[in-house]
Amino acid sequence: MRRSSYHGHKILKFIFIYFFVILLIASIIAPFFWLIVSSLANLKDLVAKPLHWIPRHLNLERYREIFFGQVGISFRYALRNSILVALLATGASFVLSLLAAYSLSRFPGKYRSNLLYVMLATYMMPPVAILLSLYIMLRQVHLVNTIWGLSIVYSSFLTPFLTWILKGFIDSIPKEIEEAATIDGASRILILLRIVIPVAVPGIIAAVLLGVLMSWDEFFYALIFTSTNQAITLPVAIAQFTKRHSIDYGMMAAGGVVAALPPIILAVLLQRYLIQGLTSGSVKG
Amino acid sequence: MKRTTYTAWKFLLPAMLVVAGIVGFPFIKTIYISLFNAPLIAYTQKAEWVGFKNFIYAFINPSFMGGVFHTLYFSLLSISLNILLGVLTAMLLNQKFFGRAFVRTLVILPWALPTVVNAVLWRWIYNPTYGALNALLTQLHIIQNYRDWLGSAGLGTMTMVVLADTWKNYPLVTILVLAGLQMIPKEIYEAVKVDGANWWNIFWRITLPGVRPALLVALVLKTIDGLRVFDIVYLMTSGGPASATKTISFYVYQEAFGFLRLGQASAFSIINVTIIFVFVIFYIKFIRSEGVSG
Amino acid sequence: MKRKMVVLVLLMVLLLPLTIFATGQKEKVKKKEKQPVKLSALFIKQASYSEQDVRNMTAEFEKENPLIRISLEFVSYEALHDKIIAAAASGSGYDVILIDVIWPAEFAAQGILRDITKEIPKSMLDKVFSGAWDTVLYKGRYYGIPWILDTEYLFYNKEMLKKAGISAPPKTLNDMVDQAKIIKNKGIVKYPIIWAWQQSENVFLNYVVLVAGFGGSFFDANGNPLFNSGGGLKALEYMVQSLKDGVSNPASLQAISDDELRVFGSGQAAFALNWTYMYSIANTDSSQSKVVGQVGVVPTPGDGEHVQIASVNGSMGLGITQSSKNPKEALKYIEYLTSSSVEAKYANLSLPMWKSFYEEPSKWPKGQKPLINAAKLSFAKLYNRPMLAHYTQFSTIMQKYLQKALLYQMSPKDALDAAAKEIVQEKANN
Repeated sequence: MRRSSYHGHKILKFIFIYFFVILLIASIIAPFFWLIVSSLANLKDLVAKPLHWIPRHLNLERYREIFFGQVGISFRYALRNSILVALLATGASFVLSLLAAYSLSRFPGKYRSNLLYVMLATYMMPPVAILLSLYIMLRQVHLVNTIWGLSIVYSSFLTPFLTWILKGFIDSIPKEIEEAATIDGASRILILLRIVIPVAVPGIIAAVLLGVLMSWDEFFYALIFTSTNQAITLPVAIAQFTKRHSIDYGMMAAGGVVAALPPIILAVLLQRYLIQGLTSGSVKG
Repeated sequence: MKRTTYTAWKFLLPAMLVVAGIVGFPFIKTIYISLFNAPLIAYTQKAEWVGFKNFIYAFINPSFMGGVFHTLYFSLLSISLNILLGVLTAMLLNQKFFGRAFVRTLVILPWALPTVVNAVLWRWIYNPTYGALNALLTQLHIIQNYRDWLGSAGLGTMTMVVLADTWKNYPLVTILVLAGLQMIPKEIYEAVKVDGANWWNIFWRITLPGVRPALLVALVLKTIDGLRVFDIVYLMTSGGPASATKTISFYVYQEAFGFLRLGQASAFSIINVTIIFVFVIFYIKFIRSEGVSG
Repeated sequence: MKRKMVVLVLLMVLLLPLTIFATGQKEKVKKKEKQPVKLSALFIKQASYSEQDVRNMTAEFEKENPLIRISLEFVSYEALHDKIIAAAASGSGYDVILIDVIWPAEFAAQGILRDITKEIPKSMLDKVFSGAWDTVLYKGRYYGIPWILDTEYLFYNKEMLKKAGISAPPKTLNDMVDQAKIIKNKGIVKYPIIWAWQQSENVFLNYVVLVAGFGGSFFDANGNPLFNSGGGLKALEYMVQSLKDGVSNPASLQAISDDELRVFGSGQAAFALNWTYMYSIANTDSSQSKVVGQVGVVPTPGDGEHVQIASVNGSMGLGITQSSKNPKEALKYIEYLTSSSVEAKYANLSLPMWKSFYEEPSKWPKGQKPLINAAKLSFAKLYNRPMLAHYTQFSTIMQKYLQKALLYQMSPKDALDAAAKEIVQEKANN
């Protein structure tokens, strides 16, 4: 987009671009800055008026509490649970949706192709619409308050979503590369494993990343389905810094920083795949 | 042919079963319950068949219809802002400038922040007596006095909630659109420039068509998210002030867990699903008829 | 490189279930060694007692009763009601639950709680404040034992009063507004009163204290609304007028109790109506408060004519569920937690409900004397929110209209009339 170069407004454009770049950076950094400051400063300084942007006393007390203290016990369990649920739910839905996506992409029967929309329709379901029926079902099989139960529930909304992403991606892989193997008589599973998966790696990484982030973020199901240390996830643990009459903003901020780090690191590291996977995949509908 | 059908189903079935079992079955149950006056806890009374009474109640209930309106407002505003900011930042990040790779990475950070943290953070920032936003704006002399950002009973509060939500979510649109921009061959730009097309023409004729697939994806995702919004409202305003930020999902939750009227709650949620369906079916039709190609 | 990553991800996904399964197995083996009665109990993270305190109390109980084992769950207060409801809706769940004073009616009507009237000894009834018993009472039956007693006191900033030349804290509600006006006019603080008027139970609680203060009531014997006239109307008019006069902080409209504490604690308010917990934080914790040593506390005053002390019952109790298979053991457990010795031991966190405690100043925790003196007066006058089986619905409607009046969208009279009308209408729909 070098549209203005031939207008000869290079300097203007230069100023224009940098102005907005700085604005963009500031708008992203500022709330994060405040989150981190809130996790380090005394509450007294945070509620002062006029507000000092760099509080006088900074301490790591809350982080010590989270990682080693009494108050942090639930939080540490929640961290473990969140990791396990994210991996379990994403792992299970990944396998299911890869198979489904391959089937929908390579054998789009007349009626079957509509199944993608049926699946996507389930993704649109607001959680509250099925929450109680689900709770009763989980109770019957003794999966309330377990990471297994939560993972199964998460799979239900991850599977359609990942199927959609992966189907789009597999669509973009030319069929020809499988033909040789088909002639050789290799089974479809083998073709999927040996030929399709290696080519689909960017799409797979994007799908897995999205799955992990979505389960990491989920709050409502976790709030209702879990309450013990054995099963609560991070969003619930953070919400629990709300006491009966008070909210511990400092702890919430510290917990928030810790909870935000894993997905942020993942997103930054795997960003390239995310873009590749999402664009050559899902954009085809 | 038969063998292919068999393979197709074999691959498809596990996913279908999981989705049908965990979402489909409970949803059918929800539809069924919506036709009853069903107390949530059925110790004392039994469910009583009421036909469409729960739906009629929904449509004549001004509070709930207010909730529908708030939900639509949230969705439309959040979709527009997400797409507007997404496209603008993507176009900015597609320019050449120093540190571009760094900024492209930076832009993804808010998106990775968990919703709960985002809601709590912004509630803290908006605080009327000690919030950072008030402090910043007064110290910059943009406003004279501290303001009650989440205190307006009109659409003001919902707008502030949408802004907080958008801050976290528009980066996904940015990266989708940016990828779309990168796929537009540079030669095309050169070609139209020779034709003497102006900036606006280039945007309409080349840039927009190039990123349209990405925009449609963003549109569908944001619509679904917007129309069933619950978490951020629940955590930031708990529906206030004077119910100005209660959404459909909020009313479903309130009916079920507050008023213990499962039948009514189910009817509300069916209405919610229907609204989402209408939007998404419209989009899908649109995507198909336009024959989008990436 | 790409292939390796995929393999890695797949491996992790496959291995994880194994490790979890292995740890799950171990726990099962451990539990099988003993065979005591198992109870499960639901608490909140931070009532007045912390999670750790409840764990300690429970451990002490288990030491005395080796044949009872209790598994504890802690949720946030916001999630407690939903948790109980969700568990009850699925037909099974906890043995012992912590309940807020506003729920016994609902939970009893829904058959969630067990009626334990017969199990409570008469002697115990007299030794505990009668207002505390209301926490677990519905239609003359007891559905639990009160545990944590709490009410809203009037907190004031002694320094600010002194600066304004005011010698004593307000004796009546109108006194409070008058004193606030003096403080405001002298420029000591811009908005002297901070409330918790967020659209949630907060705004309703503040309203109820004032209804109590103006001698109002909510319903007549037949369940017809009374709050839209008399004391109920005066209370809302008082709230709205104090906003219009500029003595109440407009930020109150989205404040919860915690915001009150922060505003008061940062020296931006002279008066606040708040719960017990605020005293020790605002008056002693210098990392959170700028007004350490300046905090005064008295019972919330009434209008001075009919009512001298206004107070709202914000207590919590412990109940046993209908679905519990071991109600006897559950009773033993809650009797232990609510006993006078345990309550006295943890008195620095939550004031006991036992009258005897207030007669023995030697047992009082240090530095709490003003608070305990106020508590003694307030606990004797606890005013209850209406005990309704559909309380949440009632309160939700009230919250909406209270806020409409506070936002000047409706006059206090119109707002309360509309609330009364909607409450009657919705009752027919339940």
